[in-house]
Parts: sequence; structure tokens; C-alpha cells
Amino acid sequence: MEILLNILRFSAPVSLAAMGETVGQKSGLINIGLEGMMLTAAYVSVEVATRSGNAWLGLLSGVLAAVVMGLVQALFTIKWAIDQVVIGTAINLAAIGLTSTLFEANYGGAGKLLDAPSLLIAGKYDVILILLIPFFLAVTWALFRTNWGLALRATGEYPDAAEAAGFSAQGLRYQAQLIGAIFAGLAGVYLSLGIASSFAINMTAGRGFVAIAMVTFGRWKPLWVLGASLLVGFAESLQYLLQSTSSGLPPQLFKAIPYLLALAVLIVVGRGTVAPASLAVPYRRSK
Amino acid sequence: MKGALRTLIVFAGLILILAITLALFGLDVGAALSTIWNGAVGSKAGIARSLVRATPLIFTGLGMVVAWRAGMYNIGGEGQYVMGGLASATLALVVRSWAPAIATPALLVGGALGGALFAAFAGWLHVKRGVQVVISTILLNFVAIEFLKFCVRGPLQKSSGGIFQTEALPNTLMLQRFDRQTDFHSGFFLALIVVVIVAIYLYRTKSGFQMRFSGANPDAARASRFEPGKKQILAMAISGGLCGLAGAVDYTGLIGFVGDGFSQDWGFLAIPVALLGNLNPVGAAGAAVYFGGLFAGCEVLQRSEPIGDTIVPLIQGVAVLGVVGMQRWLENRTNQSKGAD
Repeated sequence: MEILLNILRFSAPVSLAAMGETVGQKSGLINIGLEGMMLTAAYVSVEVATRSGNAWLGLLSGVLAAVVMGLVQALFTIKWAIDQVVIGTAINLAAIGLTSTLFEANYGGAGKLLDAPSLLIAGKYDVILILLIPFFLAVTWALFRTNWGLALRATGEYPDAAEAAGFSAQGLRYQAQLIGAIFAGLAGVYLSLGIASSFAINMTAGRGFVAIAMVTFGRWKPLWVLGASLLVGFAESLQYLLQSTSSGLPPQLFKAIPYLLALAVLIVVGRGTVAPASLAVPYRRSK
Repeated sequence: MKGALRTLIVFAGLILILAITLALFGLDVGAALSTIWNGAVGSKAGIARSLVRATPLIFTGLGMVVAWRAGMYNIGGEGQYVMGGLASATLALVVRSWAPAIATPALLVGGALGGALFAAFAGWLHVKRGVQVVISTILLNFVAIEFLKFCVRGPLQKSSGGIFQTEALPNTLMLQRFDRQTDFHSGFFLALIVVVIVAIYLYRTKSGFQMRFSGANPDAARASRFEPGKKQILAMAISGGLCGLAGAVDYTGLIGFVGDGFSQDWGFLAIPVALLGNLNPVGAAGAAVYFGGLFAGCEVLQRSEPIGDTIVPLIQGVAVLGVVGMQRWLENRTNQSKGAD
């Protein structure tokens, strides 16, 4: 039970980010800037929580910071229909630069272990962890059992069809972007405030990119994406387990396994028809 | 003329963003700018430092230009850089007894091949198995970094000292240095030669034209009876080869060994370099030298102020947003004035 809880905790940041990314990709948006949004939320939440002494205020401001970044990104990718990979890369660069500079300026070049207030509410459980599975069920229901979800998925496949049915393709993408940013924010907050109670430079260490990979790995189905993310958490905890029992196998192998596995799945499944057809294609309404 | 104007605007914009960033962090803008300027170009040591930082950025920036021009979103420059360095360091075990005139070029070629094969795999996956390059290169970056850690703790680890790095390369096999007091090495000149080669390839050869055409309009490429897929795999191989060469040049020119800290994000920072250079080889080289200088200058700034070279990616990110935003605004304005006719 303890081990299971640890796996869930380890994989929660990637799971949360991947859930938001699933909604985004279903609407045709690939968020390369996910990593940067998580990192910014991670920094802002710890900074605010430490200064105010209130973890909830930290949680709120972290998510808010990710949402602001998400809206800036949407301005470029949705409103102005500029290439999503280009903008996402720029968002990542700005986030790593901004958080590192602020952290160094405030706490010195060597960094400092902060002691931010905790998010725990019931013993060793915290609200984000408790809500993780309900979140996934809610997203699955919204995407596959509502008219809104149908229209959103149509936007990711063939936006003109969604428009013809009376929906606004751009509007739906804004909504997907907002949901993605909120979950990216929660993921970042959980990583810093939830697990570490502190911040370190580049502490997301690629987890945003892992989350993007997990969406593909999970074939764009929320529960499969959750399963894939848990597998990564499992591999990560396995690495610590095996390190302590000295099995003779190199620990780097276990760290690389999730990525190799994700790649292997992509190779085997190949050119799947499940990928949204208009993924990463900007939409401009024809006049 | 239009290109020159764009260069001027981008350059002025970069300085403006730098000044605003410094002001926002509460520094005296004039004093900080002069510290950065002096640190970058104010002395022989400064110029050497700037060009040494710019060297890997030129190679990796060119790599991104080639891949992105072919429509391949190579985000794996970092992994390819690492694999290049590792391939070169592995080869060093074999060639260390050879004559330097043959051994050193062999190390560079080996590094380029290592990066090229690693990237070509991602290109092949894209063309043959429909795996998006964006996704596969992200995954392969992680694999390369873990592979590096494994190699310097196992098969390639230095026999004595218990530290996580390879054997040091003998001085005779290192790239030429021109001055005892600085790190400046001949890798910079190699980078300049490669800029010319890549520019000629992209703009003056049939293969280069087809590669750009494959990226700009794959359907039209198919209609013109050549398979864009082949060109895209080749583009990835060249792109990875250039990133691998960057790793090999840093190994043979600057560091002399490959260790845990070998990955310095040059492959990642290459993306804004290529974009700000308008995906043009000469433009990318210019951007690389600018950011090399900024890195060098900010390192000096850090000695007296609480902020340093971490502002470079911030400036790159904001600059990319500014440039693509401006381009779109100009396009929209042109379209509107056309529509009014």
C-alpha cells in the first residue's frame, strides 16, 4: 500500500500534466511549452507559499501563473495561428530563464532548500493526490460523453466540421488550452510544493516532455494515459528500489526504460489512425 | 535589402529586450550593459570566451536550420550533441596512438557520424513508422543523457580517480590553440567553414533545393516525382551530424574529456539561434555569435551582480516571441492592404 502510494505520488506530476495535454491534443494543440508552464507554476507556488505561509495561496498562484502563460501562448498559436512548436519552445526558454534568474537572485547561486508549508490535509494524503483519479474520470466523461467533448474532438480532427455544426473551433481550442494550463499548473505545484516543499533550478527536469510522450503512449485515451504515467512512476521507484538492493544492473537503464518503452510502442503501433488529424495544425476560419 | 532590414530590427530588438530585462531585475542598465559589453568584446580574453561559447552554437544552430527547413522539428539536438561527444570519446580509445594529423580529423568525423545515425533513426521513424520527430527526439534526448551517465560510470570511465568521466585526450590530439592564456581553438574556424558549406548545399545544389522544397510543400514535392521522405531522413542525418560535430569539437577543442556534465544545453539553445537567424545558415551563425557574446558577458556580470547567464534563455524566448509576432503582424497588414484593392 505504501509502495502504491509512492508510485502514485511520483507519477502525479506527469499524470496531471499529461491529462491536460490529452485535452489539448484532442483539440489539435500540441503544447511543447508544457515543461515551462510546470516550471513556472512550481517556482511561483513555492515562492508565494513560503512568503505568505499559506500553502493554498501558493497553490492558487502557481496555477494562475501557468494559466497566464497558457493565455500568452494561445494568443500566438490560436489567435495568430503561429507554429505551435516554435511558440512552445520560446515559452520553455523564457520559463527556464525567468525562474532560474529569480531563484538565483533571491536565494543565491548555490540555491537553497526552502521549507514551504505543506499541502497535506489528511495524514499523508493531500488534496491533489485525492483528486487525481476523479480528475481523470471527469476528463474522460467530458471528452467522450458530452456534446462539448464531441465538438472538441472534431476540432482536433477536422475543424471545419466543428464550425459547420455551429461550434467555434478557435473557441474550443481556447477552452482546451485553459484546461491544459490549469493541469500543467497543478502538476508543477505538486512537484515543488506537494512533494519537495522546495524549489530547485530546472526542477521539472523534462517531466513536461515526458507528459507529452505519455499522451502518445496512451493513444490519446485519458485512462490509458494515466496507466502510462503510472508505469513511468513505477519505473522511477523501481530504480531506487534496485539501487538499494544492488542488483548489478545499471540504474541508468531503469531511468531510460520508460522512454525506450514509449518509443517502442510508437514504433509498433506505427502510423496510428488514433492521432488527431489536425494536431499542431493552426486553424484559420475561411471567409 | 529586406533581409538587411530584418537583421537590423532583430538586432535592435535583442538589445532592447536585454536592457528591459536588466532594468526589471533592478540593475543599473547602463552600467550592466557596459559590463556585459566589456566582458564579451572588451579584451582578448573576452573575445576568446565569446567565440568559444559561440562555436558549439554555430554547429547546432546550423543543424536546426537544416532539419527545420526540411519540415523536421528536430528538438533532439542535445541528445545528438551528447552522442557525438560519446562517439568521439569512444573512437579516441582506438586512434590515440595514431598520428595527430589523421587521429584528430577521425575524432571529428566519428562524432559527426554518431550524431547523424542517432538523428537519422528519428527521421526514419517519422517517414517509415509515422512517429512524429518532435516526440521521438524528445524521448531520444532522455535516452542519450542516461546513456552518457552509464558510459562514464562503466565502459568509458577513466581507470583511476573514481570520477565519472572518460580518459583525458592527449594534448597532441586536441584542436589547435593559438594563445596560452585563452581557450580559443581552431574549432571556431571549422564552424565558419561549415556555415559556408551548409549555405552552398541548401541554396546552390539540387539536393538542398529538394530538401527545402520537401519542408515547404511535401505534396508538391511528391507531384514533382521525388520522395520527400528520403530528403527528410537525409535532413535529420545532416542535422544530427552537425550537432554531433558540435559535441566532438567541444570534446577535442575545449574540454578534452566527456563527463557527467557534458550536456550544456547547446543543442536546446540552438533552436532560438536558428529561428532568430530566420532559418538561414548565415543568420544562424550571426545569432550564435551574438548569444555566445551574451553568455560570455553575463558570466562577467555575475561576478558583481546577483544575476548572470540565466537571463540568456529568457531573452531568447522573448525574442523568438517578438520576432514571430512581428512577422505575423506584417503579413496580416500586407494581406489587409491587398484585400482593400
